[in-house]
Amino acid sequence: MSGFFNSSIGRKYAMALSAFFLIIFLIIHLSVNLTSVFSKDVFNEFSHFMGTNPLIQFAMQPVLIFGVVFHFVMGFILELKNRSARAVKYVKNTGSANSTWMSRNMLLSGGVVLAFLVLHFIDFWIPEMNVKYLQGDMSGLLSDGEGYRYYEELVHKFESPLRVGAYVIAFVLLALHLLHGFTSAFQSIGATMGRRKTVQNIGKAYSILIPLGFIVVALFHHFNH
Amino acid sequence: MKLTLKIWRQKDAKAKGKMVAYQLDDVSPDMSFLEMLDVLNQDLIDKDEEPIAFDHDCREGICGMCSMFINGRAHGPDREITVCQLHMRSFKDGDTITIEPWRAKAFPIIKDLIVDRSSFDRIQQAGGFISVNTSGNTQDANNIPISKYAADTAMDAATCIGCGACVASCKNSSAMLFVGAKVSQYALLPQGRVEAVDRVKNMVAQMDLEGFGNCTNTGACEVECPKGISLENIARMNRELVKANLIKF
Repeated sequence: MSGFFNSSIGRKYAMALSAFFLIIFLIIHLSVNLTSVFSKDVFNEFSHFMGTNPLIQFAMQPVLIFGVVFHFVMGFILELKNRSARAVKYVKNTGSANSTWMSRNMLLSGGVVLAFLVLHFIDFWIPEMNVKYLQGDMSGLLSDGEGYRYYEELVHKFESPLRVGAYVIAFVLLALHLLHGFTSAFQSIGATMGRRKTVQNIGKAYSILIPLGFIVVALFHHFNH
Repeated sequence: MKLTLKIWRQKDAKAKGKMVAYQLDDVSPDMSFLEMLDVLNQDLIDKDEEPIAFDHDCREGICGMCSMFINGRAHGPDREITVCQLHMRSFKDGDTITIEPWRAKAFPIIKDLIVDRSSFDRIQQAGGFISVNTSGNTQDANNIPISKYAADTAMDAATCIGCGACVASCKNSSAMLFVGAKVSQYALLPQGRVEAVDRVKNMVAQMDLEGFGNCTNTGACEVECPKGISLENIARMNRELVKANLIKF
């Protein structure tokens, strides 16, 4: 089987499997985010559970980080290999005549999403790790001890129009990435046979609705507080 | 029609090539693209210049020799055609047309617009066949029932003429539409199932060895394929390779 994952198609499988994992992760992440629009308490409860449950913290979180890093590194390696397959470029190449902009610019859209993830880590993940594991405060409470801190932190982050702007741009690029990537992942594992249109339609719905959900949450908190 | 042609000229495999501009003043819109090149070559011969080397054979859309990238697209504008099926009426008076050979590391240029596609032959030789004795004792084809769906889909895959437009159009120079079609035409039929495991493994291994890029599912190959080979064949090949590895690992 190791030979399989060294083959060109095997690598596409690996790329698709990490994509599926990230596609499911986005649904879970958005579900939690959306609760913040409806109920401060439900959002706090979910956040506390996600932030302190050992299974999520020590099993799912490392897998997720590995998934993101793997998806990017593998994508980058494949891109380099693909570029080397054409040493001399065409003088004139009309790519728009036969393929979408999204399909030709996955490295660009993925790169923007990755840059956003760096910001996201600085905003949320590193402070979380600091409070929980360096300072040892696993309570999830505000400094005055009056209730959980998660909702307040979320609202605070979305005060800055600059951050919200960056957030919106990143999710538009994520939508473009998914508009090609979703169907592409299914195609790579051979699951589109006989149902390509269906997969494409589900992909379109997912690629627009999920990023839109994240954008709505950000704008909601920006304009409501 | 008056046309300006910018054509890739390269003396031999090792020489450094460049685009050279030519003028043609009296092109009929009824000419095929290859006839237009014939006229240009006759002009060049009359002027004692080296004619442009380009591949062509059947001139009826089935040989797939015409490895020309015209105005940024394999076989030029229009869908599901080869260059001999492209006519000058697809262009306008005064147009500038760029003509380049297929560009891929696995398709090295031999001269001008002629490329070496023997990498496709080697992929085919790695497994694109069934080992069957055809020395006069073959059984009646109708002894093995084959569904209409399988017969039609296998035939669709088998219409691939190995022209390489898929590789030329692909931003990654991937050969997966070609290999997918060749794997599929056998995978769909009972006669092909016997050697299916080794076939897909060996053909994909050879494809990787030849230095083609990896498919990123842009779909450019399907749009430019003169025979309308579907992306579904790539999905089938991907599936066949996993099946083959699960059976023997």
